[in-house]
Amino acid sequence: MNQSDTINLGYLPLLDAAPLLLAQELGYFTDAGLKVSLSREASWANIRDKLCAGTLQGAQLLIPMLMSVNLGLNRVHAPLRSSFVLNQNGNTIIVSKALRDAMKILNPEALASPHTSVLTLKRLLQQRRERGEAAFTFAVVYPFSCHNYLLRYWLAAGGIHPDHDVNLVVIPPSQMVAQLNHGRIDGFCAGEPWGQLAASMGSGHSLLSTYEVWHNAPEKVLAVHGDWADAHAEQYRRLLTVLLRTCRWLAETTNREEALLLLAQPHCLGTEPAFLHWGWLAGKHNFHQHGANHPWPAHMAWIVSQMVRWGHLPDAKGAVELIDAIFSDRLFRTICVQEGLALPPDNAPTQVGYHAAPWQYGDASLGADRFIDGIRFDSSAITEYLRQFAISNLPGE
Amino acid sequence: MTLPNDSLRILLLDEQAERFPVMEAALTAAGYQVVGKVTTADNIQAAVERARPDVIIADLDSPGRDTLESMQALNRKQPRPIVMFTNDGDRDTIQLAVQSGVTAYVVDGMAPDRIKPILEVAMLRFQEYQKLRDELELTRLQLNERKHIDKAKGLLMKRKGLDEAKAYALLRRMAMDRHMKLAELARSIVAAAELLE
Repeated sequence: MNQSDTINLGYLPLLDAAPLLLAQELGYFTDAGLKVSLSREASWANIRDKLCAGTLQGAQLLIPMLMSVNLGLNRVHAPLRSSFVLNQNGNTIIVSKALRDAMKILNPEALASPHTSVLTLKRLLQQRRERGEAAFTFAVVYPFSCHNYLLRYWLAAGGIHPDHDVNLVVIPPSQMVAQLNHGRIDGFCAGEPWGQLAASMGSGHSLLSTYEVWHNAPEKVLAVHGDWADAHAEQYRRLLTVLLRTCRWLAETTNREEALLLLAQPHCLGTEPAFLHWGWLAGKHNFHQHGANHPWPAHMAWIVSQMVRWGHLPDAKGAVELIDAIFSDRLFRTICVQEGLALPPDNAPTQVGYHAAPWQYGDASLGADRFIDGIRFDSSAITEYLRQFAISNLPGE
Repeated sequence: MTLPNDSLRILLLDEQAERFPVMEAALTAAGYQVVGKVTTADNIQAAVERARPDVIIADLDSPGRDTLESMQALNRKQPRPIVMFTNDGDRDTIQLAVQSGVTAYVVDGMAPDRIKPILEVAMLRFQEYQKLRDELELTRLQLNERKHIDKAKGLLMKRKGLDEAKAYALLRRMAMDRHMKLAELARSIVAAAELLE
């Protein structure tokens, strides 16, 4: 096999890179006749640039980035596409010990639920404003990320405007703990195991999982460059097949210990297995069950709706029309058939947020998909959906 | 060089702080003004707001790039760094950046042709520096290899009562039989010996 047959895949050292790392460690890529080289990257900007330059053929990618890069929202445009979700959930919201204590003093029940915590936070912010003190600063890992959109959703559900009432900044996950210790930030939303590292070092308190904000939100996808996918259809099919098999392996609890030990190795995540274990539990990572790997168009449409809500995109129409081209489930379905897995009906649901518990869609069992405020989403009526929110950056607000 | 460059203020973002003096010297010599030097561990956003650069030269492998980009996307406050390759499908510039390991951000839509010469200086210095590092690394590796080979040779001489030339010949033959590099085999012999001690 010559060099050009090597598939270079990029990832960031996070627990949700597990399907890629384990497919390599378990030899599944090799078994499928694929020569894959995994490349640990330093930033999402790097992954985007390398996908664009063709140095990487594919990568673990934040699901909103699939849209932002196709739209060129950060000035760099590349025709990326995905037909595979690597995991659902996986992020936690952490606050500093000082902020946690302040919340508890104001309201002893503050930490009882994500509702009470955000309402207490709002009262604290009001107090600080009255005293002329600076607002709290929260960090996320990238502007076009579920971390950003879910943190915003939670804040706004509690009556806090994320752009007016707090400072939102972007900090790489590896810097979160240090910046929390320095007091530069008061909280952050990042992928595990970073939250558990902050908690274990005594600098942060794990307030909630983003699962509480949106049950089973799609988190990372396997994105590939469209040119590569077109020219290497067979390799692409095999690549996704391997990832699906790895995700099924990951879903077996009997494999958990082996998975953690493999991931802990220095050339994989290089983190103590215990942190990875806690991170997995705290982040409520779902790598396969309840249709987690299925690219659901309505999920992407919800992300588009949040981009519009916060002024990152002027309107939803063009972006929604793009979903079928960049986040289609056609290849995924082919692979499910080939692997003998149950498939949901052809017409994917347009609704999200209707289920507080797992539910049955045709032959397939799907996960709960409720939002923290119980508001329901329909991708066929985004404008009407967005009108329900008192807090947004929509024109005229 | 003279006037047109004088006004241009440059901020450096680099994870290898030891590269700052090299870059600063080169850019200053070319007539630019280096107004700040940061690594990801610093408060990047505050540094940008304080230094008010026209251009930010960034190490491609700096995790802090995500912070820079967010200032363009999220922060309504000035200044707003924008990644340099602004034209859709400008794949060549990105390829060049990826190859050279350096990229640039312009603040508030400065004309791209004004930063081209800066980027050229930066890319050249980055590559020179990288080459130097690679050479140093190679020398270090070669020294290490030599050390292992000498040690393995010594072990064979002691255990098998061979002279130096014979021990070396045996080592070479073993490596060839096993399709291993000499240094690789030497390392495993040394490791095995340490294990059995």
